[in-house]
Amino acid sequence: MKNKLIIYIGGLLQIIVLLLLWANASADNDVPDFFVPPPPFSEGIFPCTECHAEMEVNRTRRKLDFHEDIVLKHAEEQRWCLDCHNPDNRDKLRLASGELISFEKSYYLCGQCHGTHFRDWKAGIHGKRTGYWNDRKQYRLCVHCHNPHQPRFKPLKPLPPPLSPEDIKYNRSPDNEIPKNPLNSLIQAEIKNGPEKK
Amino acid sequence: MDQKKNRDIHSRHIHRRTFLKGAALGLASMALPFGTADASVWEAFFQKHYREMSADDKRDVILRMEKEYAKAYDTKFNIKTTKPTPGVNFGYGLDVSRCIGCRRCVYACVNENNQSRDPQMHWITVLEFKKGERWVNVFEEAKKHYNPETVPEEGHFYLPVQCQQCENPPCVKVCPTQATWKEPDGIVVVDYNWCIGCRYCMAACPYGARRFNWAKPRVSKEELNPETHYLGNRPRYKGVVEKCTFCIQRTRENPGRYPACVEICPVGARKFGNLLDPKSEIRYCIENKRVFRLKEDLNTLPQFYYFFAS
Repeated sequence: MKNKLIIYIGGLLQIIVLLLLWANASADNDVPDFFVPPPPFSEGIFPCTECHAEMEVNRTRRKLDFHEDIVLKHAEEQRWCLDCHNPDNRDKLRLASGELISFEKSYYLCGQCHGTHFRDWKAGIHGKRTGYWNDRKQYRLCVHCHNPHQPRFKPLKPLPPPLSPEDIKYNRSPDNEIPKNPLNSLIQAEIKNGPEKK
Repeated sequence: MDQKKNRDIHSRHIHRRTFLKGAALGLASMALPFGTADASVWEAFFQKHYREMSADDKRDVILRMEKEYAKAYDTKFNIKTTKPTPGVNFGYGLDVSRCIGCRRCVYACVNENNQSRDPQMHWITVLEFKKGERWVNVFEEAKKHYNPETVPEEGHFYLPVQCQQCENPPCVKVCPTQATWKEPDGIVVVDYNWCIGCRYCMAACPYGARRFNWAKPRVSKEELNPETHYLGNRPRYKGVVEKCTFCIQRTRENPGRYPACVEICPVGARKFGNLLDPKSEIRYCIENKRVFRLKEDLNTLPQFYYFFAS
């Protein structure tokens, strides 16, 4: 009788532990509905099916007649277009499992290989976040900062260094010629021309 | 005989004690701003320490200041006195493995916090180190005037330094007038109306994070940020010390925006949040990443953490 009770309790405990483990694991895999801006398509390129619906699927590695601006520098030895782009419906991306995902959720595709970065990104550590520290946060897709075909972050021009002691002038500029913040002209240029193409 | 007569004529029979009393009173009255009839100067002269002000006192001071600033800068300013939120202690994280030294943060801070454009004032200094050459705590010898065509430079890494908002701040200990103190939410603030400009705090700060207004700070009118906080980015005076306040005018709001440097960083190296919230980004950094603080051996206990995400 006693033995049976112990077995029952033991079994119950096991189930509880398993349940807890499962809950924990699913919480880890759950990607909340991230608030991301729309994917940064080149102008007029989407939907892809506009052209590709009519075309035959060609899986051979070759020099492309169109998309000549795309240079693949992302493990290009092991990879070609249709490893990520879905051949039958080009408006979707394709995971290794065959599952189709939209361009808005491309982080699942990147996360297949870059798991540690994906984990950090979900926690808000990898990548840029704006918004409110105690409220809604603005995430960005991986492809907002990394060109998926050439993901290395491009070098930037630094803003001017602080004045060195020998450059400090004792005659101050007149009130109508107070120097402007160099960041503002940069931001103005970006608003006008869009962010620098990567 | 003649000599004695002369001495009698010139002696006024004033006791030394009386003379000294009179001289002291005279000198004291010279310190009062008699030269001006403006009531606001009198009010400013007798203004209380910020922490001793009642809500009414604060309202009066803010009204007076907004009027003064509106006159001096020809812009309508809004000066907040938002209090710290209970249960919040701010912490900052900076990913050293990501920073590329582009200085966007330096100038975003200048914009947000009304730093003087001439003479030039920056609250953030980005240091450039050669990889493997020195440990980062010796940052007096690091390069801060680097200016290549593009960053990051091959074989270098970057370390932006600003106020570390220490838990045990040496600058606060040395202030003779208690014009700088640590707020309950972790921000070390300065009352610019109470600072006498002795710069002891600058000498005490091991991070070189405090800045002094050697001349009247100047910002062109179109670049002024009129949304300010009394303890933060309101325009400063000549002869006072200033420093990073974790953008107190943004972060203390509800919901609170990220500091300007976090918002601008193009590589997302800057993280900010509540150290007391187990779900915050900064807590994730501290619990999961390799973290260090600058000059830990000095026991200043910065609330500014540097980490390596990868």
